[in-house]
Amino acid sequence: MSKKHKEVAYYPGCALEGTAQSYDRSTKAIGKALGLPIKELDNWNCCGAMEVKNIDPKLQTYLSARNLSIAEDMGFDTVMAPCNGCYHNLKKAEYDLEHDESSREVTARLSNKAGHKTYKAGKVETIHALDWIKDSVGEEGIKEKVKGGLKGLKIANYYGCMYTRPRHIFPEKDQGPGSESTSKPHYMDDLLDAAGANSVEFPLKTACCGGAHTLSDSDTSTKLVLNILQAAEASGADVIATECPTCHTGLEMHQIRAEKMFGKKTKVKILYFTQLLGLAMGLSPRKVGVHENFSESLPMLREKGLG
Amino acid sequence: MPIHEKSLIRPENLIEQDELVIDGIDVSGHWSTFITSRAVTDYNEAMQDEIAGLPGGEFIHRCWQCGSCTNACTINALNNDFNPRYWIYLIRMGMEDELLIDKDIIWQCVSCNKCTYACPRDVNPEGVMKATAHWLELKGHTPKSPSMIFDEGFSEQVFKTGKIEDGLVLRQFFAATGQKLTQTWLVSMVLGLVRRMPLTMLTRLGLATFFRPRTRNWGAARAAIDEYVNEKQAENNRLLGLDKMEDGR
Repeated sequence: MSKKHKEVAYYPGCALEGTAQSYDRSTKAIGKALGLPIKELDNWNCCGAMEVKNIDPKLQTYLSARNLSIAEDMGFDTVMAPCNGCYHNLKKAEYDLEHDESSREVTARLSNKAGHKTYKAGKVETIHALDWIKDSVGEEGIKEKVKGGLKGLKIANYYGCMYTRPRHIFPEKDQGPGSESTSKPHYMDDLLDAAGANSVEFPLKTACCGGAHTLSDSDTSTKLVLNILQAAEASGADVIATECPTCHTGLEMHQIRAEKMFGKKTKVKILYFTQLLGLAMGLSPRKVGVHENFSESLPMLREKGLG
Repeated sequence: MPIHEKSLIRPENLIEQDELVIDGIDVSGHWSTFITSRAVTDYNEAMQDEIAGLPGGEFIHRCWQCGSCTNACTINALNNDFNPRYWIYLIRMGMEDELLIDKDIIWQCVSCNKCTYACPRDVNPEGVMKATAHWLELKGHTPKSPSMIFDEGFSEQVFKTGKIEDGLVLRQFFAATGQKLTQTWLVSMVLGLVRRMPLTMLTRLGLATFFRPRTRNWGAARAAIDEYVNEKQAENNRLLGLDKMEDGR
């Protein structure tokens, strides 16, 4: 069992304070259950999400860099973000600050005017909540902590876009056996299988849910989500496990929308991987925020003996 | 003269004569199918530079037309007309009229970055799509897209307070685009949650109205961002020649 990360800085991001409270709750709950301390970034700001870059990508770099500089000031060399958007943007800021002179200039200029230290590339590593669990306790550690387990629950693991694309901002991925893959990611499969689940072969692991236009081009998003839901059902999954609040809320919202607007009903449930890990370790559904999801999965969980 | 493959198959460019006799031979109907002239004279020579000057468009010149972007594209799978490779070709050639035929769908790029992942030349096609959509709006070819309205509302909140509150983002966007909050799917989504935890939901909604999430001491950052945004806007307007237009009015 590797113990790569002792204590990490925690960057929840805006979504985990809003629609994705259950992701925040379950991340903290499993951290506690696994003995992994986290400390929230002090006075953090939005990373720029998917919107600010469309005004100007260098503003996104600055916004993300400010958070990295806070982590550095707090004495951390690792910041953990459960949200794919935050994770992606912090990674992208790190990449741009290392490789692009004009990104460095704009970030320095804005940081100076805003009155805080300019973040320099190479000081803080950004990791996803998946890396955090995988590197700190790994599959063996999960197996030791499991109480009851997931009882062979059939899961389609859905990673979305921003966890793997574009490839160049994730230099640690695609490094051979054991490392995460950008074309066929497997960290979530590994962890949930260790917790007693049965991950199904799911071809749309990194398909797009249309999250960027979930409200501004809803019909497109509904079609993309319906594709994912139907493929998961065809793969035999009872649950889609998610690791991104935008994907998660998008799947929930457009599952309802597909039924109401297009008459296409799907039954597959949607849960954060942290919620599933928590349940496997014997935490109650309430402890991991199952009641806070839009998708109602409690009856299904009870039926499978997980409630 | 460019080979301009798409107009070969566009139905409006096919000419068929119902009755045509050439040298005494009847070639009516299918036999006389012609394609309208492919001679292009009105190239917009500034278009590529203008789009390359907007954020995201910087590397459009690297494209060698392999088509990996279109092949990987999420939206192309739903709509064949959504064709990043072809648009990059048109922009590089300066064929504005052809590009304008698709002007109302270019904003639909969902930024999934499958194109960027697939591109062997680091063109950043996703960025080019955003720059092109932006260019179309700045030039007045299209109104602000719903996506741009969303992005601006969202970004304004971030610039103002350092954070966003998703409920407020949704309400503002629906108001700005004239949509009702009482759409069946939205009501049913919220009701499901309220049924399960009525008190928590009400408290949360109530609290969010009074205590909006915000980053403390954000004032200086906000001023710095606002200054930068204004500077960039003026720069983009100069690049696209929009500043002169306004002076001349």
